[in-house]
Amino acid sequence: MTTPTAPVTRRAFLRVSAIAGGGLLFASVFEPLDAVEALTSPRINGAVPPADDPRLSAYISLTPDGVVTIMAKNPEIGQGVKTMLPMLIAEELDVAWTQVRVQQASLDTKNFQGQTAGGSTATPNNWLPMRRVGAAARAMLVGAAAQQWNVPAGECTTEAGVVHHRSSNRSLTYGALASAAVTIAPPDLATVPLKDPKNFKIIGQRVRGVDNHAIVTGKPLFGIDITRPGMKYATFVKCPVFGGKVTSANTAALAKMPGITHAFVVEGGDNLGALVGGVAIVGDSWWKVQTARKALQVQWNEGATASQSSDGFAAQAKALFATAPQRTIRNDGDVEAAMRAAAKTVEAEYSYPFIAHAPLEPQNCTAHFVNGKMEIWAPAQLPDSGRQLVARTLGLAPDDITVHIIRSGGGFGRRLYNDFMVEAAWIARETGVPVKLLWTREDDMQHDFYRPGGFHKFRAGFDANGAMTAFANHFATYGEGERFAASADIGPTEFPARFVPNLQIATSVMPLGVPTGALRAPRSNALSFAFMGFLDECAHAAGKDTVEFLRGVLTNLQPAPAPVEGRPQPQGLDAMRMRGVLDLVAEKSGWARRASLPKGTGLGVAFYFSHRGYFAEVAQVTVSKSGDVKVDKVWAAGDVGSQIINPSGAEQQTQGAVLDGIGQVLAQEITISGGRAMQSNFHDFPLLRLTQAPPVEVFWNLTDNSPTGIGEPALPPVVPAVTNAIFAATGKRVRSLPLSNHDLSWS
Amino acid sequence: MNITLKVNGQSRTVDVPSDMPLLWVLRDELDMKGTKFGCGAAQCGACTVHVNGAPTRSCVLPATAVQGAEITTIEGLSPDGTHALQRAWDELDVPQCGYCQAGQLMSASALLAKNPKPTDADIDAAMNGNLCRCATYLRIRQGIHRAAEMLAAPTPSGAPRNGTSSRGTPE
Repeated sequence: MTTPTAPVTRRAFLRVSAIAGGGLLFASVFEPLDAVEALTSPRINGAVPPADDPRLSAYISLTPDGVVTIMAKNPEIGQGVKTMLPMLIAEELDVAWTQVRVQQASLDTKNFQGQTAGGSTATPNNWLPMRRVGAAARAMLVGAAAQQWNVPAGECTTEAGVVHHRSSNRSLTYGALASAAVTIAPPDLATVPLKDPKNFKIIGQRVRGVDNHAIVTGKPLFGIDITRPGMKYATFVKCPVFGGKVTSANTAALAKMPGITHAFVVEGGDNLGALVGGVAIVGDSWWKVQTARKALQVQWNEGATASQSSDGFAAQAKALFATAPQRTIRNDGDVEAAMRAAAKTVEAEYSYPFIAHAPLEPQNCTAHFVNGKMEIWAPAQLPDSGRQLVARTLGLAPDDITVHIIRSGGGFGRRLYNDFMVEAAWIARETGVPVKLLWTREDDMQHDFYRPGGFHKFRAGFDANGAMTAFANHFATYGEGERFAASADIGPTEFPARFVPNLQIATSVMPLGVPTGALRAPRSNALSFAFMGFLDECAHAAGKDTVEFLRGVLTNLQPAPAPVEGRPQPQGLDAMRMRGVLDLVAEKSGWARRASLPKGTGLGVAFYFSHRGYFAEVAQVTVSKSGDVKVDKVWAAGDVGSQIINPSGAEQQTQGAVLDGIGQVLAQEITISGGRAMQSNFHDFPLLRLTQAPPVEVFWNLTDNSPTGIGEPALPPVVPAVTNAIFAATGKRVRSLPLSNHDLSWS
Repeated sequence: MNITLKVNGQSRTVDVPSDMPLLWVLRDELDMKGTKFGCGAAQCGACTVHVNGAPTRSCVLPATAVQGAEITTIEGLSPDGTHALQRAWDELDVPQCGYCQAGQLMSASALLAKNPKPTDADIDAAMNGNLCRCATYLRIRQGIHRAAEMLAAPTPSGAPRNGTSSRGTPE
């Protein structure tokens, strides 16, 4: 592990203060992100950009009884950061994990930076900074002991929360040193020594979730569990057509219903990511509010989106494919000449639907507005964005808004959008009482920021040896002009870009009134299906095994093209790292046995680079003669750098992401008709069930790269791995999702 | 209307609308937040409780229909979080977001109560109605087998039960 040299202009200092009871509070403020980035791939594929505030902080408090409390600064949405980030601090602080208590921090932009959950960024953004916080605190405790014993600090060692001076056989606990450590000059965070990874005692261990006990005993932990004195319950009814507004509603009648305290129209605005129009109903219990909702009579002005539908989008895409693309994202060599010169060509069209996030905890938020100040309890992935949205919408100063970060019952990208927070804040201000807003499942399913659907036309050409000489993708997606709808874009390094001499990626867009957004591995979760599915077709067209074909493509790195508009092209994936996971998964899955499988059973392979992570996956699928698909097993090989911080969590995230992808493949689809989502609950938007979950074996290829995140990058490859396996099993090529729309029977 | 429910062995009287589902009586009237709302349509199992020992979706069950019945929620699964399933769930680090796990545990505990050594097929039949959006299914299955092992093994008297730690410990 190399530690980068810090620029001299770097702000790096510790704030230390005594706390009541003789404890010690460490707060660090520094700007490490550029240094961290230098250790990782500069290509941030799909990552949420760092927050504007460059400071990053963490807190440790030590009490004389030896308890170490570490603040978990980031929102916990099931990705395990409430456990993982404190592990980094505890490791370098050199305490035993059993001494550690973890507390969730509230939103605090003065002391913390990057209090976000998204883009698999927690690991790359915090790997060094959190360790440095722990190491700096340890150095101060050692300094205090050395001063007390009048020995050089270098002669002192630490272990499990105790400083030792072995030659004089003296020891002091951290708790006993806490008060004295306040007087020790904090070390420079940029140069504070870090442990050699071979000496890690906590990092690399299977550490269980810090909230496990509270979860299994049913303690109130989640946003939906928040209760405030005098709290009322709210529901907010929006137009089923996206962007529609209220014309009139029987709010006066609703307000007279049993247990209802308020019913009013919220005009709202046109930004679907902010406060939109609707009817708020507030009362003594959420059930009474739902009863009143059944009596709601509302006239909607549905607006322009009412004319949009999934069928209409498909028809537009077809028309777009008959004409030249509107915009070129990348153009290397001469694709058309290479296609004409090719010994063989292949072409195909792929498509995939909108899908919903459907976290199991429906959107909710509790808010209380009193004396001009707003207090919010939010299960949010971007709590500071939510605070800014509330400030803008309600005309409040951000400093007058307090946001408590509450554990989320699943995020998957849905809680990057703070519509629920601004709704709760608005209703709280209008009513003047503490209000818990809770959406119904139907609200959640029908007012999401969907993974956008998309349409792809592919062409490829091969020489007489089966080498790919030309590749073209025309992506019919959503947007207007140069602007793509959220998560509906494509970048210039989408594989096989950079590995084919003549290659074009081009786009055409359709206007969209349906809100879209980031869903676990945004863009990648969809593009992987289309690109890696078509590349499997290319392998067959070239007469090659897919693993062999993909290895061949990876060896064909092209010279970097000329800068576009003076800027170098983003770098894209590292071929050697991808080759590493491809080889590992081929070995572990027994790829070589594929020809011996009976008809109806097949192996499919795919790899994908996203969020700095490399994953290659093999799926074994059995399709019955009547066309029922069963995924028998998945092998996943990942390269997320030199260290798996928490193997238990990393395995969980990988298995969960793989199974999430299988759920998407099988039957998930949001269809748009009349400008509204037609699915409403789990009966028509089925999540994966236990009996559909195959074993997922996870393997790591550790490489000399700084550790990166793992919530997302394991998802994209499994989608095409499954559809490619179906082709191997049945000879039927799946070019659209989900599988429930296909007849896969065979004889 | 006033109704009296027997929840985790205690008699509780509440004044609620006659159609109010048990889920909302538990959560909003009795302030027992462990039982979760996921779908409101008996599709996801997050709201699973025991009614006279049988796993039941409380989101579609009017509370008036279970007056006099023995209702057990996640809060009553064990006095101190030491049910074999709760220990196994922590030991194997089953939860991700954790939201569905109360419902999973209530379905699993009903299964183990009548079938102390379930096969995979038994687990399939008992657990397929409980959705986990994080897809912790592999560890849920493992956790049920592990709990069955714990129940089968004789516990040395006075031995500490280490599954109750509120924090993960490096293994």
